[in-house]
Amino acid sequence: MTSDIAAILAIDGIATGAVYALVAIGTVLIFTVTRVIFIPFGDIAAFTALTLAALDAKRFPGTGALVVILACLATLIEITSLARSGELRLLPRALSFYLLLPLAVVGAAWLVMRMDPPLAVRLVLALMLTMPISPLLDRIVFRPIADGTVLLLLTVSVALHFALVGLGLLFFGPEGVRTEPLTSFSTVFAGVLISGQTLLIVIAALVFSGLLFLFFDFTLVGKSLRATAVNRTGSRLMGIRPERAGTIAYLLGSLMAGVSGILIAPVNTVFYDSGFLIGLKAFVGAIVGGMTSYPGAAIGAVGVGILESFASFESSALKDVIVFSLLIPILIWRSLASLHSEEEIEE
Amino acid sequence: MTRLHIQFAAAAAVLCLAVAPFVLSPFSITLMNYIGIYSLVAIGLALLTGVGGIVSFGQAAFVGVAAYATAWVSALNGHSPWLGLLFGVALTCGVATILGLVTLRLQGHFLSLSTVAWGLAIGFLFGNVEGLGRFNGISSIPPISLGSLALVSSKQIYFLIWGIVTVILFLGYNVLDSRLGRAMRALRGGNTLVESLGINAFRIKLVTFVIAAFLASLSGWLYAHMSRFISPGPFDAGMGIEYLMMSMVGGAGSLLGGVVGAAVVTLLKNSVQDYLPLIAKGASGQLEIVAFSALFILFLQWARQGIVPFVARSLPKTRRARPQPAPPLPRRAQLAPGELLLKVDGAERRFGGLVAVNNVSFEVRSGEILAVIGPNGAGKSTMFNCLTGALRVNKGDIVFAGRPITREAQSRIAKAGIARTFQHVKLRPRMSLLENVMLGTYARTRAGLFAGAFRVNRREEASVRHEALMQLERVGLGEKPFELAGNLPLGNQRILEIARALAADPTLLVLDEPAAGLRRQEKLRLAELLRSLRADHLTILIVEHDMEFVMSLVDRIVVLDFGSKLCEGAPAAIRSDERVQEAYLGGVA
Repeated sequence: MTSDIAAILAIDGIATGAVYALVAIGTVLIFTVTRVIFIPFGDIAAFTALTLAALDAKRFPGTGALVVILACLATLIEITSLARSGELRLLPRALSFYLLLPLAVVGAAWLVMRMDPPLAVRLVLALMLTMPISPLLDRIVFRPIADGTVLLLLTVSVALHFALVGLGLLFFGPEGVRTEPLTSFSTVFAGVLISGQTLLIVIAALVFSGLLFLFFDFTLVGKSLRATAVNRTGSRLMGIRPERAGTIAYLLGSLMAGVSGILIAPVNTVFYDSGFLIGLKAFVGAIVGGMTSYPGAAIGAVGVGILESFASFESSALKDVIVFSLLIPILIWRSLASLHSEEEIEE
Repeated sequence: MTRLHIQFAAAAAVLCLAVAPFVLSPFSITLMNYIGIYSLVAIGLALLTGVGGIVSFGQAAFVGVAAYATAWVSALNGHSPWLGLLFGVALTCGVATILGLVTLRLQGHFLSLSTVAWGLAIGFLFGNVEGLGRFNGISSIPPISLGSLALVSSKQIYFLIWGIVTVILFLGYNVLDSRLGRAMRALRGGNTLVESLGINAFRIKLVTFVIAAFLASLSGWLYAHMSRFISPGPFDAGMGIEYLMMSMVGGAGSLLGGVVGAAVVTLLKNSVQDYLPLIAKGASGQLEIVAFSALFILFLQWARQGIVPFVARSLPKTRRARPQPAPPLPRRAQLAPGELLLKVDGAERRFGGLVAVNNVSFEVRSGEILAVIGPNGAGKSTMFNCLTGALRVNKGDIVFAGRPITREAQSRIAKAGIARTFQHVKLRPRMSLLENVMLGTYARTRAGLFAGAFRVNRREEASVRHEALMQLERVGLGEKPFELAGNLPLGNQRILEIARALAADPTLLVLDEPAAGLRRQEKLRLAELLRSLRADHLTILIVEHDMEFVMSLVDRIVVLDFGSKLCEGAPAAIRSDERVQEAYLGGVA
């Protein structure tokens, strides 16, 4: 391997890693606020890419139907639980949030699409269409078992991922997509060609992590999310609703996953099931950060990207084997590094 | 219900299984074969996840390792499938041992995540290794033959599959009812509990993990030679979660639940395949996994317990005979009263900058009751944890019965003869009083996996049961030995913990705040029990908060304050000591 190839591989790895980093930060966000290890984030990323591709091809994406179905389900569940607890007076609010808002988003997207919008608008549409998915899934799947063990939530999360893969095939079909590059700019740095897309990926990753940092440190909502992450009961006593914090976390996380999906779509062909590997690799990165540290997760994810890039140069068939085998030593290191309180499993 | 009823039901079930292939259609027999093959994996998961509390997403990979191993031996190299079985089992158990050694020290969800990792890594290997047919798989795998009879038709292999399942169930239930099985069932109570009983938790986890992998390898072997063709598909991560689902649907923790779960899931999947195309034409493949995952999620949300425990609860209780007298278990040599039993010399324990225990020295003499007391934050619990090995001291020495235990592991200290109880009661609520106390005898007994599985441990088991009953009677809980421990009030749970500690035949009994949370009557009963134990020449060390309880009971008191020893002496002297009054009451100026 010459230094030229190493440089190309490194840059390639950093770009891939930056994409993973966005998803990893979202994963950490969800985990700290809700204790759910949200494996399906990769699927959200893939769905956003597929949505964008459908919009580019002037087809209305399957995401619309998916959101409508999920919104109806979530509304049904919300109404039942409100009726059970005798709080039907909250019904209008629930209806507007779980039914009208998602439907309005889908309707708006449908209308705008008729007008043959430019790329920038299509990007926004794709993000808007996929953003409601995870908060709705949260309501349907995780809210009823919000107090369960991390392990139960993880098991449900893995099952949910498989459901989403099936839905992905149903709504997007088996064809892979590769969207138009967002920019044709390219530059030569230290003798190595760097594409605009790569720069864009890295910049987007930096900008979004920076925004998240500002959000957490300088807004009240951000602080309430941090409080929920530290202590659910305590923050509830302070008037913070953990459910609301969870919804915000899912929205933010989806946004980051969506952006990563849009960024990766011009570089790699995205299939309905590409999300799993994106999600898992991001997740490996998140574990490097101990599932609690955002910079740690970002660094870990970039590390995974670089490792994958070099591994695929050595043996493209075994690159995934290498990446996932690496997870085990990382897990051991993290498990040793974090002091555990005695964890008793409930029967 | 009596034991006879259960045996009768089991015999009837075996008979039904034996007759089934003569009644069922060929398609149903094939379905039954798949159920049997999946059952094996699910039974392993019931042990690993349900009993041991280790959630594994990777069992499908173990099935795959064995299936590919036997295919490689028989189809690619032309040897007998029986050699394939040997190789498959050895390889799978070897892989599992290595993975277990590496990962089983991980805690909680880290451990489960590692199963996702190696499950995926091994799954990817099957499709990418040259010589294993890549994604095309391996075809023309020969059938298993018994002598000259080749098991080609589904009816023929049916008997082999279900024969193995029946034997495994039988052996499995034997193991669960043995010394090793009780240790496995204790795993969910957490490491501290398990280790305090003299059980090496890591070893038990490893054994459970390898047993589950062994069952998966049997399943893989049968699968390869039944379907005669293998490809990476049936061993991927999706199948891993399907196995987990089977064991959870059937009832995690119940071996029979593994079979029931495998049957329910397989039949459900089959009918989903039948009916989905009627609802949504052309989309069945995709919808199948969606419907399936949705059902699993609903199940986890609403009926986590599973089918078999649910049904079992509505059956009449099994009546069991009280343990009969049996030869006693060997006892430890006890020191003569008054001899030096435990010596703590200059113990120091720091947490970062905080010195929780600072240069504390004291001695415990055989036959006495010593109390370590002190106000909140005095370092009592830390001292206690250092004694029992839950924490290590940074400086100083602890010598027990002439043997340094400063750096010993918790389970080895327990084996050496220090039995403990817990401030927050740690019992196995779903096990009976008798079984909880039987756990205490672990370090005194020897029966291993095979002795338990084939019931050659009967004599020892009888002694263990009798010993446990004796200890229950000794503490006054001998009336209902088959009651579940979780049904006892707190005071009796504390006393049950003492019975469990006594079953270990300890030289030193250490009690962590035994009076905390007890009502007055319960405290009086507890004090009475401890006095009767002293009359039996047992040495007792109490870490306690409750002055009244301690003063009337113990021989000597060590007072800690801010991590250091304040003073030491008889209760009356301690009561009048000004420094103690100042520490507790803030001065008597």
